[in-house]
Formats: sequence, C-alpha cells, structure tokens
Amino acid sequence: MNGDVILAIDHLTMRFGGIVAVHDLSFAAERRKITALIGPNGAGKTTVFNCITGFYKPTGGTMRLTHDAGQVIALERLNDFRISQQARVARTFQNIRLFPGMTALENLMVAQHNALMRASGLTFLGLIGAPTWRAAESSAIERSIFWLRRIGLIERADDAAGNLPYGDQRRLEIARAMCTEPALLCLDEPAAGLNTRESAALSDLLLSIRSDGTSILLIEHDMSVVMEISDHVVVMDYGVKIAEGSPQTVRDDPKVIAAYLGADEQEAIAVMESGT
Amino acid sequence: MSAPTSAPTPASQPRIAFILKKAAMSAFVALVLFSLMIGIRTEAGPTGQLIYWTRFGDLATLVAATFGGSIVIELLRGWLGPSGAADFIPAPVQSAMAIAGQWIAPALLIFTLLVPVIFYDQRYILDLSILVLTYVMLGWGLNVVVGLAGLLDLGYVAFYAVGAYSYALLATNYGLSFWVCLPLAGLLASLWGVMLGFPVLRLRGDYLAIVTLAFGEIIRLVIINWQSLTGGPNGVSGIPRPTLFGIPLTPGDDGLAARLGIEFSPTHRIVFLFYLILALALITNWVTIRLRRLPIGRAWEALREDEVACRALGINTTTTKLTAFATGALFGGFAGAFFATRQGFISPESFTFNESALVLAIVVLGGMGSQLGVALAALAMIGGFELFRGLEQYRMLVFGIAMVLLMIWRPRGIIGHRSPTVYLKQAQAISSDLVKEGHG
Repeated sequence: MNGDVILAIDHLTMRFGGIVAVHDLSFAAERRKITALIGPNGAGKTTVFNCITGFYKPTGGTMRLTHDAGQVIALERLNDFRISQQARVARTFQNIRLFPGMTALENLMVAQHNALMRASGLTFLGLIGAPTWRAAESSAIERSIFWLRRIGLIERADDAAGNLPYGDQRRLEIARAMCTEPALLCLDEPAAGLNTRESAALSDLLLSIRSDGTSILLIEHDMSVVMEISDHVVVMDYGVKIAEGSPQTVRDDPKVIAAYLGADEQEAIAVMESGT
Repeated sequence: MSAPTSAPTPASQPRIAFILKKAAMSAFVALVLFSLMIGIRTEAGPTGQLIYWTRFGDLATLVAATFGGSIVIELLRGWLGPSGAADFIPAPVQSAMAIAGQWIAPALLIFTLLVPVIFYDQRYILDLSILVLTYVMLGWGLNVVVGLAGLLDLGYVAFYAVGAYSYALLATNYGLSFWVCLPLAGLLASLWGVMLGFPVLRLRGDYLAIVTLAFGEIIRLVIINWQSLTGGPNGVSGIPRPTLFGIPLTPGDDGLAARLGIEFSPTHRIVFLFYLILALALITNWVTIRLRRLPIGRAWEALREDEVACRALGINTTTTKLTAFATGALFGGFAGAFFATRQGFISPESFTFNESALVLAIVVLGGMGSQLGVALAALAMIGGFELFRGLEQYRMLVFGIAMVLLMIWRPRGIIGHRSPTVYLKQAQAISSDLVKEGHG
C-alpha cells in the first residue's frame, strides 16, 4: 500500500471484559478510494467501525486520519460527536437510524447542525432573523435539495422518514451522512435488505460519491456490491485480519474461502461465484 | 346431529371462557378492595371505643356489579373491534376537524384578547383566565423539555419556585422593580436548569424522571428550611405589585387611574395582570415556535428521535440537552415571577409535586410538542376542574373519568401529530405513530 492514505489503523485492539472483539488489527484506507471491510458474522467489523466513529474507546492501538490539507487527527483521542464535528468522519448504521418522525428534508437539515449553529450565532442571530442566518438557512436547504435529487427522493422531501420504503431509508441515511460534508464516509452494510435493482443503484451512488472526492469505508455482506465497487478489501475473522488486497486477490485467497465456508457456506459460494 | 344449533361454535368457546375468567378476576379484585372499604364500617363510639358493623349486602352488590360490568365491557369490545380514534370518528368528521384545527388557534387568540372586555365585571372569570394562562405558559415552557427534547422532567415546579422566590426576595430586600427582576428571575431559573441538567445528562427514561422529581423536592425543602433567607414555611409576604413601567396601579394621585383621569377600580390591576401573563405566554410561544425552526430546536427534536444518530452527526448532545433544560427553566422562571407578583405572597406550599404533575399532565394531554394542544389542555385541565365544581364530591371522580376517556380516545394527546419545521412544497402533518416520545 503506497497510495495517499486517509485513515491508518495500527494495532487496534478492543476488549470487552475477557472477550477480544478486535485483536491487533492494522490496515489503511486510501484517499478517494472505496475500502471494504468484510468477514463472517461476528468477525468484529462493526466493532472496528464503532472504534473509528468514537462510539467505543479502543483498548489499544492508534487510528490516524489525515485530511486533504495534511492535518493529522488521532481518532482514538476524540470521542463521540467530535469525530464527526472535527475529524469529519460520518457514518451510517447497520439497523437504519433515521429520525423517523421528521421529514426527509428535516433529516438532512439536522445533519447540517454544526454549520447552521455557527450561522445562527448560537441561536441568537437566528432568533431575530438576521440576514446572515437566512442566507445560511437557504443554502442549507439547497444542499438538502441537491442530495434529495441525487438519491431520487426529491418528490418525497416532505414525507416522514419513517414512512419511506426501506431502500429509500437506506439512501436517505447515506445522504444525511454526506450532508455533514465528511472526509471519510463509513457505511455499515448499506446494501442489507436491498433488492438487486436497489443495490445496483446504491453501487452507482457510492461510486459517484467516491468520484466527488469522499473516501469510503464499507462493511458489506453483499459480495456483488463489494466486488463491483471496492478498490481494496480487508477480510476479518474472529477479530483479526486474515487477508487484504484487491477484490480479485481476496476472492481467490484460500483463507478467506475457508473462513466463509466455516461460517456460512452460502456466503463462501457467493464470494466465489461473484467473480465468474 | 351434525349441525348443532344451540351449542357455541368452537371459536367462541375460548372467548366466553376468557370473558368469564376476566370478569371473575375483576370481581375478586373488587372483593379484596371493597371488603374493608365497604364491607366493614368502623366508627369511634361515644366513649372512644371502636364500633363497627358489617355491610355484606352492599359488598355483594358491588362485586356483582363489577362482574357484570366487566362482561358488558368485554362484549362491547368484541362488537366494536380494537379501539382507536379511527373507529370512533368517521372520516368526514376527521377531515372537518382538521379544517377547524386551522382556525382554532387564531379564534382562541382573538377570544383570549377580548376576555377582559367581555367579562370585565366578572372577577371570578378574570382570575380563572389568569390562572389558565399561567398554566398555559408553564405548559409551553415544559413542552420544550418534554415535548421537543423528549426529556421527562417531573421537577419542573422547581424552576417555577426559583423564579417566584427570585422576584420576591429581590423585590422585598432590594426594592428592585418587577421589570428588572423578571429577566433576573428567568436567568436564575435557567441557571438552576443547567445545574439540574449536568448530573442527569447520562440518565434516561425512568431514572431521569426520578432524579428530576427529587430535584423538585430538594428545591422545596431548601426553601422550607433556609428560614433566614426565604422565611421558611411562612413564605414571603408583601411582594410589590407590578407597575405599568413605573406607574403603579393604585388609587393614589400618581396611580394610573389618576393620570388617565378615570375613576379607579381594582379591576384595572386584574386586567393588567391578565394582559401581562398573556404577553409572557405569547412570548414563550413565539420563541418556542422560532426555536423549532432553528438548528437548536431541530437538534432537540432529533435528540428525542434518536440520540445515537445525533452523536454520529456531530451534534453535541450535552449542550443540546442543557439548552433544553435551560430554555424550559427560563420560561418557568418568568411564570414564577409573575405568580409572585400576582399573589403578593408566596410560600413553599405553592410549589409541591402536584404542580409538576399538573403541568406534565397538561403537556402529555395536549400532545407532546404541540403548542396549540398544550393551550387546549391547560384550558381543559384548569377550566374543566372549575367547571365540575357544581358536582361537589364527585368532582375528582368525573374529572378522572374524563381524563381516562380522553386518553383512550387520543392516546397521544389532543393534538397528536407533529408539523414539520421546514418544507419544500407542502407541510404535511406527521402521524404520531412515527414520532418518538423520547427516552430520557
């Protein structure tokens, strides 16, 4: 790996009491590339995500995020909301976590909270309706409209997020994460529960996000998506990295096939068949 | 033989068994409850000894009534199907209600503005209106914390008390005027809101409710026991009446009546107080509506919907929660200062848990997050309570039944739906089924 690295994970370890969920994991995600993190159920993928996005404090190891300007941020030292606010790492969740009682548009507006908070002069300028605030608000609405168009939900902008079909909710969650203007977008199984057509549309969306300059870190079980869009694949099993490389090399790796066969035969077959 | 006509069908047999079992259980509970309450009557005799006699006949009647009533309710339920608003109200009526809903707020506001004109001679109605408006304001204040941010606060009366005592003590000890003390009372209350907020940041749901409940009690107990400052159980008396920006509403030569050249009437002060609390309540309403459309208000609602997602979006949940507590407390403090100046006398008795429960009931009954709903609920709770005064000892019973029925009819409050804060084409009401109630 010699490219421009945006996220370098070094010797990451996460223990819960006696259980080692992630053991001495090291890998790197390149800038403007899609890096996939795959592995059987319970391999520790989501734990890695929770460490990167500040929901867990890792037991050991470092996670370095390098911004475009060269600024390096130690993610293990930041916690919870600061990861998104300062390190500009956004994430989605395995089980969708939209704000179901708010409209699609409102969901995207909430995502722009920090920028809008500054523009509203910590609420005081906004309360008196200052022109600077009005301008910031309408540009935030513009950005929301841009993303609603991009995910094909502009017609349903005023519908409650909880009323949208499952596939739309998945895309809305990605759009919401993108509205925070992230440098690194972490997606936890974005294709879970999508049909073939929807997951193809998702692949296109992720590729277009990548070409706009956002790096993507992806956990995915749908091998057709992983093989199609990933630039680099990291395979985990039982908390350790068992293989790494391009989709092709990983697919032919006997250790990977064994891990999948051991865990779930269907998935192993999917790995092997997706290339042919 | 193959077509039994009188025997019940197999499907209805377990149903009958269920109804009978439920009726028997209800009757048993009634028997246990009423055996001492009704079955045995005790009294103190002329020389202080215990006299008792039994009323087993009455007891048997009541238990039988419970048994029969339970069967009737279950049968009714079987005919009507699962209960829900949609079953009771036909669709045309519902749409008519939606149209009426658009006009109800302006109509209510205009009517409220005219109340002192219409009921000028009726002191009782004016006093009652002031009381209702005070609770409307408290409801709107608590609505920020409970309705928008989804933080269950059972100690809201503490901020009301802080506001009231702030004004009372500043005015009686330092002679500061109402208009100087009003913002101070609000700021002090909101300071206490932040102080309550810090320890409860990590608590959710029931645990948060218990701590806020305790906080309300702590404030009240401190007021009772800090005699040197607050006067303890005796309270603070002689609190100055409010002035119209320095002009007192008194019969003296410098009073408002003398300056305007009209005859003095004590009703002037009541009317003034009415418009004062109306203005304060409307400011609360205006600020809350504004805040909902600002990032902070959206963050409150997002926090109610999903706290984890908020953190993932870079929202500082700590400051978001604290600002919700502080804003709610600010309005509570304003209302408290008004309460002190209206009464002229305050004591810890006015700030018991009952007040917190009443304000919370107003918010829940109104529909969490709905401004109009809270106003209607305050009117129904405070006004309705007075309305049933003629029923004397049955007042609480009728009131309780009315509330239970209302909650069965509209489980998410009078106005259960949520209106979006921003829209592209059309603001659609969001069904209460989707809106979360908050978890802490």
